[in-house]
Amino acid sequence: MRTLALFALVAALILGTGFVQSWNSALIILNMGLVSAIMALGVNLQWGLAGLFNVGVMGFVAVGGLAVVLTSVAPVPEAWAAGGWRVVAALALGAAAIALSVLAWKRLGRGLRAIAVLIIAGLGFVAYRALLDPAVAAIEAVNPAISGNIGGLGLPVLLAWPVGGLLAAGVAWVIGKTALGLRSDYLAIATLGIAEIIVAVMKNEDWLARGVKNMIGLPRPVPYEVDLQGDPAFVERAASFGFDATTASTLYVKIGYSLMFTAVLVALLVLAQLALNSPWGRMMRAIRDNEEAAEAMGKDVTARHLQVFILGSMLCGIAGAMMTTLDGQLTPSSYQPLRYTFLIWVMVIVGGSGNNLGAVLGGFLVWFLWVQVEPMGQWFMGVVTAGMADGSWLKDHLLGSVQHMRLLTMGVIMLVVLRFAPRGLLPER
Amino acid sequence: MDLLNGLVVLANFVLIPATAYGSQLALGALGVTLIYSILRFSNFAHGDTMAFGTMVTILATWGLQSAGIGFGPLPTALLALPVGIFGAALLLLATDRLVYRFYRAQRVKPVILVIVSTGVMFIYNGLTRFIIGPDDQNFADGERFVMSARDFKALTGLDEGLALKTTQAITVVTAIVVMVALFWFLNRTRTGKSMRAYSDNEDLALLSGINPERVVRVTWILVAALATIAGTLYGLDKSFKAFTYFQLLLPIFASAIVGGIGSPIGAIAGGFIIAYSEVIFTYAWKRVVGYMVPEGMEPDGLLQLLGTDYKFAVSFVILVIVLLIRPTGLFQGKSI
Repeated sequence: MRTLALFALVAALILGTGFVQSWNSALIILNMGLVSAIMALGVNLQWGLAGLFNVGVMGFVAVGGLAVVLTSVAPVPEAWAAGGWRVVAALALGAAAIALSVLAWKRLGRGLRAIAVLIIAGLGFVAYRALLDPAVAAIEAVNPAISGNIGGLGLPVLLAWPVGGLLAAGVAWVIGKTALGLRSDYLAIATLGIAEIIVAVMKNEDWLARGVKNMIGLPRPVPYEVDLQGDPAFVERAASFGFDATTASTLYVKIGYSLMFTAVLVALLVLAQLALNSPWGRMMRAIRDNEEAAEAMGKDVTARHLQVFILGSMLCGIAGAMMTTLDGQLTPSSYQPLRYTFLIWVMVIVGGSGNNLGAVLGGFLVWFLWVQVEPMGQWFMGVVTAGMADGSWLKDHLLGSVQHMRLLTMGVIMLVVLRFAPRGLLPER
Repeated sequence: MDLLNGLVVLANFVLIPATAYGSQLALGALGVTLIYSILRFSNFAHGDTMAFGTMVTILATWGLQSAGIGFGPLPTALLALPVGIFGAALLLLATDRLVYRFYRAQRVKPVILVIVSTGVMFIYNGLTRFIIGPDDQNFADGERFVMSARDFKALTGLDEGLALKTTQAITVVTAIVVMVALFWFLNRTRTGKSMRAYSDNEDLALLSGINPERVVRVTWILVAALATIAGTLYGLDKSFKAFTYFQLLLPIFASAIVGGIGSPIGAIAGGFIIAYSEVIFTYAWKRVVGYMVPEGMEPDGLLQLLGTDYKFAVSFVILVIVLLIRPTGLFQGKSI
């Protein structure tokens, strides 16, 4: 009952935006709301089901975005000829050096292993840089104004979504292997760090996805507005519904995305619900509520944690790939931890941790607030400053800082929910 | 081969900047470690606490400057520091009263407190941006150099210059004074001893009549002082920008954990370890090596191990290695 009422409220909010502002902005909110809901679902798997505190959501979302470029963009043959394979070889060499170091650390005796690892890692690093640097220079010299990168595989863009999930899962495996099983807040700090590093790599490795020069004009799974407007049949159909061609084409494209995203969200939600109610889900909750007892019952706590950490990160990767597809561009400098990590946490906590529907609800509701707080704040400040003299510095300052109200509002919402309704809007059953 | 010039380059570009940065990290890590040992959680809002304290200091500095009050050759911000500390202490005490105390009374799991601290982080970050904006603010004044590169060259007749910025000298001196004062406080005063007792064994400390709320209040005030001083020194040395302070969170946590979280001496050691490794790994060694090796063997490349944008990766890798090999850190910190 409560679930239905709250989802109806969210629907009313989005429809209200459509009636009051415009259908275009309502659809923009809806589409990002769908993406946010998937991210929140992923974090809810990790936190709500297993009690893992992941503050590296931004990193997994960014990896998903990178997957779109690597999957769907056409390859740049000149760059591959210039040094693409050498880069691959260098990366393989680096990975081999790390694997060898780990092996040496595990197999050798106490006295020897530190020296052996230092030598292997040192030599490996020198060889890796010696192979990588000239290759990178060669790739980045290829037509730097428009490419200077290796491009992707040229596959359909929809394939990038599962690929994004897989890439994120790979990253999660590496982090989970090192940081799980340690204290709970060490995982938080480790994920915080890896997210920063992933974004730093995407900003600086121009050969990969052009770094801060951004990738624009990524392939889309829906038709382009311009093509639709040029299509006489479409213009005619739009006119019969009473729309002009421009409005109709933008709405058509956005609705296309909405339908696709809804399909993905529903599929993932069904899977998550099945997982939650399966014996596996009961075991995860048992581990969350009492690790010692679960361990005494013969459950491998660290392995189960690793499993759920990978699954949750995978959802974030899929959502990240969907978001980049929706934007049609990859801009590494737009990945900010407050927006892509901590905001997702607000969604999960407000919605209700441990409840998948709650996470989805939180995704929509908090995203709606995030978008609409700014106009509301503008209005609020307008009322507050109405009595002040025009041109006074305080009035200018207050009106100019309205955009920073968002962070403040989100923090207050999060703390209020944590204090007065710690189980969220839709509590776990 | 020219050892002397090589050493000067090394000091100018590696030793001096790393020492100043290490002092700033150490002060930040001391704050994190204090909160951890008394309140038993990793405070994600620490970076933004630093930003808030620094912001109040900057506002006070501007006030002093417009009143025509300066501090001679030293930056005016040092005069304004007490105001900044006071502001940060008020904010932290209010936060504790409104937010953390409720959870402390319930004895929740530490991870809940960490999540709560991220909510607090949002609010501090919003407040800072709301009041001073997200842009760069430069508030250093006074003499720029204790010794400029040109003076050094004239003095010694060497080809390479050695510059020592006022802010760097102040950073190191202030950090030493603050650390000595902190250790004196923790080891010699009654309040400091009760804090250590509370950190070692909460129940035993309560039994012997220590007032926990008082210990917590004193801790927050100390943290406000440490965070504001660290933030102001960093801002003087580089520049003030709300977002950079959030990013400092990672090296600060790395320092505290590498040294052993909960151990003050470990926090200081960790700060310097992290700072030196960041600088060593991201510095282009071409010129130093060029002076050090015999004639004709100078390197062609930059000899830079990692780009400067990857300096966070350095602290992160050190952190991971320490976590894997010695999870309690170098100085046997706590491990819950």
